[in-house]
Amino acid sequence: MLIALILIPLAFAALVIVAPAKQARNISLVGTLIALAVAVIAMFPSRFNWQLGGDFQYESTLSWLPELGLKFSVGVDSVAIMLVALTALLGPICVLASTTAITQRLKTYYAWLLVLQAAVTGVFVARDLILFYTCFEFTLIPMFVLISLYGSTNRKKAAIKFFLYTFTGSIIALAGFVYVGWQYANAHNGAWTFDIATLQHVSSGLAPRIQAWVMLAMLAGFAVKVPLFPVHTWLPLAHTEAPTAGSVILAGVLLKLGTYAIYRFVLPFTPAAVMEYAPAIGVLCIIGIIYGGLICWVQKDVKKLVAYSSVAHLGFCILGMFALNNVGITGSVMYMLNHGLSTGALFLLIGMVYERYHTRSMSELGGLAAKMPVWATFMVFFTMASVGLPGLNGFVSEFLCLLGAFQASSAWGSSTGVTATGELAPGLWGSEGPQLAATLGNLGPWFAAIAGIGMIIAAIYLLYMVGKVVWGPLVEPAGHGHHSSHGAEDNHEATLPTDLNAREIGILIPLAVLCLVLGVYPKPMLNALQPSIDQTVSIINTAAPVKAAVHPAMEAHGQEAGR
Amino acid sequence: MIERLPYLWPEVVLFITTCIVMVLALSKTYSMRKLTAGVAGLGVFVSGIVAVLHTPAAHEITNINGQQLLPSLAPYAKTLIAGVGLLLLLLLVGTVDRGEEAAIAAGKRKYDPLRSNRAEFYAFYLFSLTGLMLCAGADDLIWLFLALELTSLPTYIMVSISTARNRSREAGVKYFFLGAMGAAVFLYGFALIYGGTGSTNLNEIARHFELNGGPNNIAMAGLIISILGMGFKIAAVPMHFYTPDVYEGAAPQVSAFLAFVPKTAGFIAILLLCATVGWGADGHHLPQELRVVLWVTAALTMTVGNVLAILQNNVKRILAYSSIAHSGYMLVGVIAGPGNAAQGGSTFSDNGISAVLFYLMAYGIMNLGAFGVLAALERKPGPDGEPREIETVNDLRGLCSTHPLLGWTMVLCALSLLGFPPLLGFFGKLPLFTSAISAGEIVLVIVLGINSAIAAFYYLRLAFAPKLENPDTSLEPAMVSPYKSRQLAGLIAAVAVVLLGVGGYWLLGPVMKETTKAGAYRGKEPPATAQAK
Repeated sequence: MLIALILIPLAFAALVIVAPAKQARNISLVGTLIALAVAVIAMFPSRFNWQLGGDFQYESTLSWLPELGLKFSVGVDSVAIMLVALTALLGPICVLASTTAITQRLKTYYAWLLVLQAAVTGVFVARDLILFYTCFEFTLIPMFVLISLYGSTNRKKAAIKFFLYTFTGSIIALAGFVYVGWQYANAHNGAWTFDIATLQHVSSGLAPRIQAWVMLAMLAGFAVKVPLFPVHTWLPLAHTEAPTAGSVILAGVLLKLGTYAIYRFVLPFTPAAVMEYAPAIGVLCIIGIIYGGLICWVQKDVKKLVAYSSVAHLGFCILGMFALNNVGITGSVMYMLNHGLSTGALFLLIGMVYERYHTRSMSELGGLAAKMPVWATFMVFFTMASVGLPGLNGFVSEFLCLLGAFQASSAWGSSTGVTATGELAPGLWGSEGPQLAATLGNLGPWFAAIAGIGMIIAAIYLLYMVGKVVWGPLVEPAGHGHHSSHGAEDNHEATLPTDLNAREIGILIPLAVLCLVLGVYPKPMLNALQPSIDQTVSIINTAAPVKAAVHPAMEAHGQEAGR
Repeated sequence: MIERLPYLWPEVVLFITTCIVMVLALSKTYSMRKLTAGVAGLGVFVSGIVAVLHTPAAHEITNINGQQLLPSLAPYAKTLIAGVGLLLLLLLVGTVDRGEEAAIAAGKRKYDPLRSNRAEFYAFYLFSLTGLMLCAGADDLIWLFLALELTSLPTYIMVSISTARNRSREAGVKYFFLGAMGAAVFLYGFALIYGGTGSTNLNEIARHFELNGGPNNIAMAGLIISILGMGFKIAAVPMHFYTPDVYEGAAPQVSAFLAFVPKTAGFIAILLLCATVGWGADGHHLPQELRVVLWVTAALTMTVGNVLAILQNNVKRILAYSSIAHSGYMLVGVIAGPGNAAQGGSTFSDNGISAVLFYLMAYGIMNLGAFGVLAALERKPGPDGEPREIETVNDLRGLCSTHPLLGWTMVLCALSLLGFPPLLGFFGKLPLFTSAISAGEIVLVIVLGINSAIAAFYYLRLAFAPKLENPDTSLEPAMVSPYKSRQLAGLIAAVAVVLLGVGGYWLLGPVMKETTKAGAYRGKEPPATAQAK
């Protein structure tokens, strides 16, 4: 099943290369739709056991290089399968979004788009570190090609910066992986393995000081991809220069590779170190949130604004992750999905305007609601989702992330005596809600409070942007009227109506529906993610238990029992 | 002497072929001379077959002094040398006498045996390979020295006659003088080792070190000086200065030869020298002095190579600096050492020697592909009747659309040189990582990682100029060389780079098994002697 999900896009990529260029789009559309269907089938409860979502399912293993301990092994738990599904969903959307935007070198474009999808899927399903690393690196090449061939003016620089940043980081992460692999080999008579589950046990048992180094090495690779302040500088450039579909994939799934890797590797591999250094990471996240938000505020370019908003949003995501308790991590994982949906949609919308007006400058665009009411509706909707309006998906995840960070201190747990994590979330979304463990973590109310300012800033800049571009007096680029009067000369404009056409609405609707459903009724999703998150939390809990949470009375009781 | 013959058959075959080639190429008729390349190829092929088939078991490879230090090194190395040697021959075809033969074909000139360089060129090619194979079987400093010189001396002339341009002569002279200096340095080192131990036999030297608890100062100085001298062969800092100039001056196919043959010889020699002192009880720790020297050399070599490569615009110079950098990577494996079989080391991942040997194979193939593209492209002949080479990265632009096969060869080989998974170069680098970490050389691994990232700067240019950029219309378009075998060699390299990585289990797995065997280190005297006492 999972191997099929990797092979289908690859097979269709090969088909795109041999088939005539005219058919490239249709072939890749069929390919991505088949992959989507397979992903959906894989998620049926009859096939995937959601109750045991913390276990890896659909596992299969092929021998790759036994001499090096390499296996080609795949498997998904509930978090991974969600991300696989997100990737599969964005596949056809990206293909459809490129229909009019890409007019040259079609074969190359669609082939690489499919290869990219295969590589990203590979990252999410890999159960072997080297397979993971291979796919993780391999995403660079298609993205590099997409940016540097189909991007806008500054594309070469953007592509190279993107490549170098990520490549440098991930080599250091590889060194960390190999180090953990060696720890295993050392204890097992020189038999190497890169099996993730095995190494996880080895690594989480290391001394905290060593764990800290491993964590640092891994974060060097993954923080760049997320991107976390201060290694985020490649992102705005890459986003701005990438073609629309490239931005959608970049925001939708490529950034998730970083967060997913942190969830999958950093947390369970180095739980003690993560606990110890969570405040430091938290500070970086908060700087990212505030700083990214402030930069957004002064942006003139709509796409750049959304790009920087990703820096701020992913700051929330990682803050929730490093809250290290169930609420925070749940919020963070939800954030991965939600950010992919809403920011992906925003990039699509900006791409649609760009195709019509050939500008993204806020000074040249204004009051588009008058001209493009449907576009404006979607724009406002997704902006609200992105801001975190209650009732839409962004709110759920952002709130959980902040809540997790707020409670993530042993001081909080002991002083109130509440396993507070469990109380609030179910109250909001249903009677059962996620079963949450005792308050873990090393952040605290201050972190949440300061990060909360970021939410306000986010509301300011996004609403400011919407106010300017969607409402207000109608402003159109100077040459635009002239252009459309000679529309026949220009290929795109002849085919694009003033407002969105059916194709464009068609690709936005599924995203909008998901945003709404996940916002109003996130319980099934939260429940589905829970088993996997529970496992991660329990690993952290075992390695770095809540220190001060034990009540004095409990302690006395424990001592008595000990006697 | 006679007891060594059984494991010298590949060299004997090569030597006989060399004689035949010389005689053939000196014959008076043109048609006979044309056979030389084919005969040379056949000879290398047969010697490769002999190396594979006639592999003595490890315990058989003994001499009066007991088992060799790296008992299974020779069969692997010889097979590797024959294999890459054959690919190199595909590239080298047509290097000499282009202008001359074109003139004959055009009927402008009659065939003049005295003006032909064919005999020398192919004979020297074979001599150099013979020397390289002899290096692998060396068990004595004198033998090692002679083998190293037999490897190097022919290359000086191959560089000089590789094109008719003065640039090549200049490169040849430069290469020769610096090479002579390098040889003097390591010969001086050998002399000191002899002075310190009283023997030139590697086994006896090893025993001397063992009995005296390690090398004395003189022998240690000798080891360090000879390894520094060997730095010339592998193009390691500080003996790397000649590399870019010589690679640029020589024809690209000869540069490819230089990047593999002397480098392999140098690494085999370094491994043998390090094997005399051994890697300590756990098989991962050279004596501190030696380790520091190698450590600094490795770190400097990769950094200097990679950083200076970024500044280059000439493809051959980029590849020359990359060749320096790759030597630095391989030195990491030498420092890591073989691990200790008793403590569970000496698996492929732990064994730095295997990593070096494997990397030599990987580097040989992918580098050959990159140079092969340069060798397979040319421009219209200049005034001297020789086609002009393509030089800068600009010349490679748009190659994937103008010459798809060559373009993709360049893309794949450059990415593989970068160590991009899942290509061959990555699987070459991974054991270097694993073995170095096994040896506790974490800082060195970080240096290696950062350098791999620096390398991305220039390999990306090589990889993406053919694919992503449009041909530079201001330049005269390049044509494919009439010697199609060069294109074939590049293509074989490109296919190998991909297939070996992706089809790892079936293709690379067995190779790695052989490499693991080849990297086995004898260590202390075998227990058999202890029992005899």
